[in-house]
Amino acid sequence: MNDFPDIQSHLGDYVSDFVDFLDNALSGLFDFIFFISSRTINGIEAFLDFLPWWLFLVLIFLLGWYFKSLWSGLLYTFFIFLVGTFGLWEEMMMTISIVLSAVLICLIIGIPLGVWMAFSKGFSTVMRPILDAMQTMPSFVYLIPAIFFFGLGNVSAIFATLIYALPPVIRLTELAIRGVDPEVVESAQSFGSSRWQMLTKVQLPQALPTIMAGVNQTTMMALAMVVIASMVGAQGLGEQVLISINRIDIALGFEAGISIVFLAIIIDRVTGGVADRFQKHRRAN
Amino acid sequence: MANIKVKIDHVSKIFGSKPKSVIPQVKSGKSKAEILEETGHTVGVYDASMEIEEGEIFVIMGLSGSGKSTLIRCFNLLNKPTDGSIYVDGENIIEYNSSQLKKFRQNKIAMVFQHFGLFDHRTVLENIEYGLEIKNVSKEKRQQIARENLEVVGLKGYEDKYPDELSGGMQQRVGLARALANDPDILLMDEPFSALDPLIRREMQLELLDIQERLKKTIIFITHDVNEAFKLGDRVAVMKDGKVVQIGTPETILESPANDYISDFIKDIDRSKILQAENVMIKPNALVSLKDGLKVAIKEMEENGISSVFVVDRSRSLQGIVTIDDAIEGIKEKKSLEDVLSTDVTTVTKEEYVNDIIPKALESKYPLAVTSGNGRLEGFILRVHVLSGLVAEDVNESTEYHG
Repeated sequence: MNDFPDIQSHLGDYVSDFVDFLDNALSGLFDFIFFISSRTINGIEAFLDFLPWWLFLVLIFLLGWYFKSLWSGLLYTFFIFLVGTFGLWEEMMMTISIVLSAVLICLIIGIPLGVWMAFSKGFSTVMRPILDAMQTMPSFVYLIPAIFFFGLGNVSAIFATLIYALPPVIRLTELAIRGVDPEVVESAQSFGSSRWQMLTKVQLPQALPTIMAGVNQTTMMALAMVVIASMVGAQGLGEQVLISINRIDIALGFEAGISIVFLAIIIDRVTGGVADRFQKHRRAN
Repeated sequence: MANIKVKIDHVSKIFGSKPKSVIPQVKSGKSKAEILEETGHTVGVYDASMEIEEGEIFVIMGLSGSGKSTLIRCFNLLNKPTDGSIYVDGENIIEYNSSQLKKFRQNKIAMVFQHFGLFDHRTVLENIEYGLEIKNVSKEKRQQIARENLEVVGLKGYEDKYPDELSGGMQQRVGLARALANDPDILLMDEPFSALDPLIRREMQLELLDIQERLKKTIIFITHDVNEAFKLGDRVAVMKDGKVVQIGTPETILESPANDYISDFIKDIDRSKILQAENVMIKPNALVSLKDGLKVAIKEMEENGISSVFVVDRSRSLQGIVTIDDAIEGIKEKKSLEDVLSTDVTTVTKEEYVNDIIPKALESKYPLAVTSGNGRLEGFILRVHVLSGLVAEDVNESTEYHG
């Protein structure tokens, strides 16, 4: 008696048709994106593979020491060493390559978009709901078009990660540029700076600490996507978690899981340390 | 007559969604409050006109909300006026295209800000270099100019510090050096000393006067502090509700305020630091020359009802003073005017401030003689003149005491 009346809409079908259309019409573009992304990943991975394992440990130690403290450096090195003993070294390298590529692409796209939003109210109004949608849409949903466009593999994973991890860096860049002290902007203007000089010599440097906070968040979100992204064929630690679920393998699940946690801690602390350093440089002593 | 450097002509600045549409109401003379009520637009500057001479310190004074900060930003078009024209060296800068405006800002005009507006990601030296850097001056040259200007403001040795490491007063010195580095003709100063504590503020005011003495820029200076305005300004414009209420030298504003608002404004000003000897002195009715002799001196005193008279030579430079008692005594003893002349007269220059005259007036038993630079006698000051100069209302001058 209480059934919903027989009215039907087919929004999903339209979206599906639209994605089909995009796939056909923009196949050139997607090929290009595929090419760029896979090149980036392969490049980073080749570099990481080229590093001997001990040199990588030394690098982690130095990063931790430089940006945090001696003890942090030692602790991070121990974490990475532990992951090696789990037999997940190669998977970890793969995960790092995917995360780094995703973050790199996020910054290349995100910072200019954020700057544009800060300068144009109209563009900002258009972008805001899009960013909201990107952040709230369940991440499984855009795995499907990702497969459609790029097939199974690391590139799809990066695409899905991009959609999820891009908003913070865009938002924080906009916020940071808008938040530059208006008197400082006026003073740059009063000397006759061009728009570009103003941006590169004053606004971006002034905004850097906040933008770095955005980079930190974006990186953490990219890392959070590795398990989900493995459903579209991303290799690495996420794939191991997925395998362990299928096999109900507690040991592998825990080891892969804790490895991701280790990576998260290290990446968060190091990027946070970089942000602090910018802050400190400005409030020296 | 000095050159007119900057002339602003019926400038209005209106904030709101359709600023231009409100101009007719401004022209018809409606008040700021009426316009806000009827149209929802805020009038920042209301039909302001003024001329600023080359090399003067022109102070724009008003309380917060009077539109002074909005107006000063019109001079370099940080605010584009809604209506009116601004001429700098005869060119209407409002008609400049963006590259002309950039050149104008790079070469002719610089600004100092209330909260300094320094770039805290750059060192002190890099801050001062900024204006030159965007003009593509070579690194070596601009560092040299920056160092010179850092020395002008007395901060040598702080080149590599960051602004956050300096005190407020020092930061504003950096702001001033940065503005001076471009060697602009015009210096805009938007309440530059308001954020500083009183001691530092006084020090900075004196230093600004000092620097101005050497560099002779055209300075447009904003303040809400009457004492600061009158101390620094060659001329002062008083603003209220976006309107310019009065423009004049500090002395003319003090002596004849245009309306009650201004009288109110200047009530608690320390007049002794504004008024100079020439503002309170009396021009002498009677003067005696040395060759005139004692008889003429006595006759002059009798005719003018005074008890002493200044004696001058032919070029009117002061020789001394003679009192009626000494003159009569002198005649009895057959002495000459020169013999009874008392040379114990305190002289002050025309430009001396009343504040500095007070102790001299207290010590001297004769009236103070006021002389101009070349020693010419211009007038005299009695103690009562000093006192009456310090109160705003005109006091009936006493004539009973004279000498």
